[in-house]
Amino acid sequence: MSARAIKGALLTLGFWLMVIVLVVYAVFPFYYAVITSFKPSSELFEVGYWIDHLDFSNYTAVLTQGSFLASIRNSIIVAVSVVAIALLLGLTASYALGRVRFRGRTRVMMLVLGVSMFPQVAVLSGLFEVIRTLNLYNSPGGLILSYTIFTLPFTVWVLTTFMRQLPDELEEAAIMDGASPWITLTKVFMPLMWPAMATTGLLAFIAAWNEFLFALTFTLTDSERTVPVAIALISGGSQYELPWGPIMAASVIVTVPLVILVLIFQRRIVSGLTAGAVKG
Amino acid sequence: MASVQLDHVSKRFGSTHVINGVSLSIEDGEFVVFVGPSGCGKSTLLRLIAGLESITDGDLMIGDQRVNNLTPQERGVGMVFQSYALYPHMSVYDNMAFGLKLEKAGKETVAERINETARILQLEPLLERKPKALSGGQRQRVAMGRAMAREPGILLFDEPLSNLDASLRVQMRNEIARLHGRLGSTMIYVTHDQVEAMTLADKIVVLRAGHIEQVGSPRTLYERPASKFVAGFIGSPAMNFMAATLVDATDTGCRVNVPGLGDIDLPFQARDVARGASLSLGIRPEHLQPGDPEGDNRFDVVNVEYLGNECCIYLDNATDTFLTSRVEAATPITRGDTVSLHLDPQHVHLFDSDERALARTGADRQ
Amino acid sequence: MASHDTAVAGNTSRPSGRERGTRVRRRRVRAAWIFLTPMLIGLLLVAGWPLMRTFWFSMTDASLSQMGGASFIGLENYLVYDDGWYGVLADSLWWNSVWNTLYFTVVSVGCETVLGIIVALVLNANFRGRTLVRAAMLIPWAIPTIVSAKMWAWMLNDQFGIINHILISLGLIDMPLAWTANADLSMWAVIIVDVWKATPFVALLVLAALQMLPSDCYEAARVDGIHPVRVFFKVTLPLITPALLVAVIFRALDALRVFDVIYVLTSNASSTMTMSVYARQQLVEFQDVGYGSAASTLLFLIIALITVAYLYLGRRQLGGDS
Repeated sequence: MSARAIKGALLTLGFWLMVIVLVVYAVFPFYYAVITSFKPSSELFEVGYWIDHLDFSNYTAVLTQGSFLASIRNSIIVAVSVVAIALLLGLTASYALGRVRFRGRTRVMMLVLGVSMFPQVAVLSGLFEVIRTLNLYNSPGGLILSYTIFTLPFTVWVLTTFMRQLPDELEEAAIMDGASPWITLTKVFMPLMWPAMATTGLLAFIAAWNEFLFALTFTLTDSERTVPVAIALISGGSQYELPWGPIMAASVIVTVPLVILVLIFQRRIVSGLTAGAVKG
Repeated sequence: MASVQLDHVSKRFGSTHVINGVSLSIEDGEFVVFVGPSGCGKSTLLRLIAGLESITDGDLMIGDQRVNNLTPQERGVGMVFQSYALYPHMSVYDNMAFGLKLEKAGKETVAERINETARILQLEPLLERKPKALSGGQRQRVAMGRAMAREPGILLFDEPLSNLDASLRVQMRNEIARLHGRLGSTMIYVTHDQVEAMTLADKIVVLRAGHIEQVGSPRTLYERPASKFVAGFIGSPAMNFMAATLVDATDTGCRVNVPGLGDIDLPFQARDVARGASLSLGIRPEHLQPGDPEGDNRFDVVNVEYLGNECCIYLDNATDTFLTSRVEAATPITRGDTVSLHLDPQHVHLFDSDERALARTGADRQ
Repeated sequence: MASHDTAVAGNTSRPSGRERGTRVRRRRVRAAWIFLTPMLIGLLLVAGWPLMRTFWFSMTDASLSQMGGASFIGLENYLVYDDGWYGVLADSLWWNSVWNTLYFTVVSVGCETVLGIIVALVLNANFRGRTLVRAAMLIPWAIPTIVSAKMWAWMLNDQFGIINHILISLGLIDMPLAWTANADLSMWAVIIVDVWKATPFVALLVLAALQMLPSDCYEAARVDGIHPVRVFFKVTLPLITPALLVAVIFRALDALRVFDVIYVLTSNASSTMTMSVYARQQLVEFQDVGYGSAASTLLFLIIALITVAYLYLGRRQLGGDS
């Protein structure tokens, strides 16, 4: 073999090594959580990379605990409502921002962008007061309201990007047909926006599903908590003996649906993330 | 009544004047074509009539109603877009029925109208299809059907054929002409293609830089262009222009000198023009006949294009005057020959230094 | 956006002439504002008003149980002299958390950027199974922060953690390290988790930019026989800089307000306390809404300042490039 061929082979080898390292780095923590969750508590403290048999005791422990099921329910209610509200308000707003030229449009866009960059802690005390005034403390309603602060600007921003890409002549055709802006939006544009709405909705869902700070602050009792808070607050007999098995089981339960969603909608998510950022 | 009157209509975008005081009257049932180079404002003018752009100044009348502030729907206009702009998620039927449904027309009325429109446009077998499943020509017809469905008095076309390939374009051109004969509605058509304009129009409006250069029938525009711009824009191959100097002018005509061709007597009224003024002489290629070389009248044949039914001959002379002549296909002339050129004074056009056409003397007026 | 020829129904942002557009256009502008109203009300309710209230609370002695009846005390929450300096600005723990936040942001965003570029370059290469590898890269991004923090807490566990196990069997360390409890290591534990979770985001944005690069630059470089590493620094990097700047600002804004990873991994330990953790602790756990709001306000101002400065510098840099 010539020196050049050896160099080429080494480069190829190096490249594949790199790919393997990256994949292991990305996947291993989750893999390790999965195998931990299937270990009986007796084997928990023996480090191992593989398991011989599946033990479901951690899962039964988590799922028979009523409050964890309640948390899953709360998380679903909150995330779905947040997505619905963000899409509804975001769709009309994105039509206005993406298709109509009017005085103050840039200022509204800047406002939306500004809110999306907000540190959540900065509104914590003010929002606390609003939620208490509206009697939404320790209820999913309070979380739905507060999550709007990060889902809505993001949704508006991404949907506006997509809305801009629809052809001008399509809207003019609708105007010629006598369609009002509302009809144009609902009958002409909305059917074309489904892919964009699916993408944005998915990203908003993930954001709402994962949120922690508001959920921790605005709920008090186990029955009203969302999943991230529930997992964070799982505790054992003492501070130093966390029940790692059940924690990992709970983690896997809330993560698997998300990972499946992400893998199925990989392409859409990538396009949504980049659409939001490229325009940013 | 779907006549259209424009009275000193202007359009400004910010400080850019796109349309400058255009006045025009379009009769009911007329087929009018707006033509001009890109950026001349022809599309904007169409969109002003459609109601998609606001009129900055002047009045737009449809029938005897001032419509400046009416919506497109209230104006009773339908429009066919360059990209067709069909609603991608609706069937052909729903595309055409959309406007009618918004008018809250009854279900039977809608069905009746759409079926009638589909029959005229031969779209009946396609009514359930989505636009994606249609060919270019079919999409074009659906776009026309959608514009027609509400039976507007005026149909507007914005370069509707520019997305089609050449053969389909000729076919659709024919269909549009037939459709006009059949519907009898007023049609306003924008194109940059002067062949489309010539073949379709009852009346051509030549636009240049936001104002009307000339309005007239295709024949008038071809035979009696009012300006050098129109003369050069209409006709293919384009009209030949030669520099000329006014030698003498009388009541019955004038004499001009053209380098290479000598003094020529022409039937034009040029008594207002100063002797020695430079003019521009225009002649169409088919009126420029080559013969045997004689004296100074010598032109080199640079190229000969054989087109089957005719030949185009490209010529050049010592003073770098480039000319085109159109002769019968059987011409013996080949590249490298030297010929003389003869102009028929009846077919010559003369333009002054402002590029306006000089008037012909009474005796020779057709 | 559309040129004048194709713009929708008039596009004068400064309406000129006597008639301000067609009725269609006026109707559209009116509709635009009606369509925006729900969103604007929503944002006002959850962002504008609460932010104003936070500013106000920061100048009162409000407590969590008595938010309504608070009285105005000026800037005392920020700084006051009462036999010694008191207030957020005089609190060494606050300055410690500011330093921690900045340190965390710079180090983690720096690592994520470098790593993200590497991952993006790998994913940009054409190899079999690329889609699968890209999907694998998305997994850390999809996992809830809390879950990833817990997963890593388990892996970094001082007695039974697999990380210590690996390091010991490789002979890199003799004794298990107390990653989350040791004040010297805990910040690194937090950074490790954040880098793991956020690198895919940076990689995806960079990858999107890489895939939009014109291929002729590369062909020209290859024809000229320029070394690939040189090509990367001279051609690729300048071309993806805009996307990189966007990714970095997004990530930096996230890192500056970091809360959940730290709360789960190290709780309120001072060695990893960030501004968000500090503010929330004052506000919720110590129930001192006034003092906590003062910290929140400062956090808001610091982030706003950094954002503006970054955008200003980024624009100047981009301007210089083009």
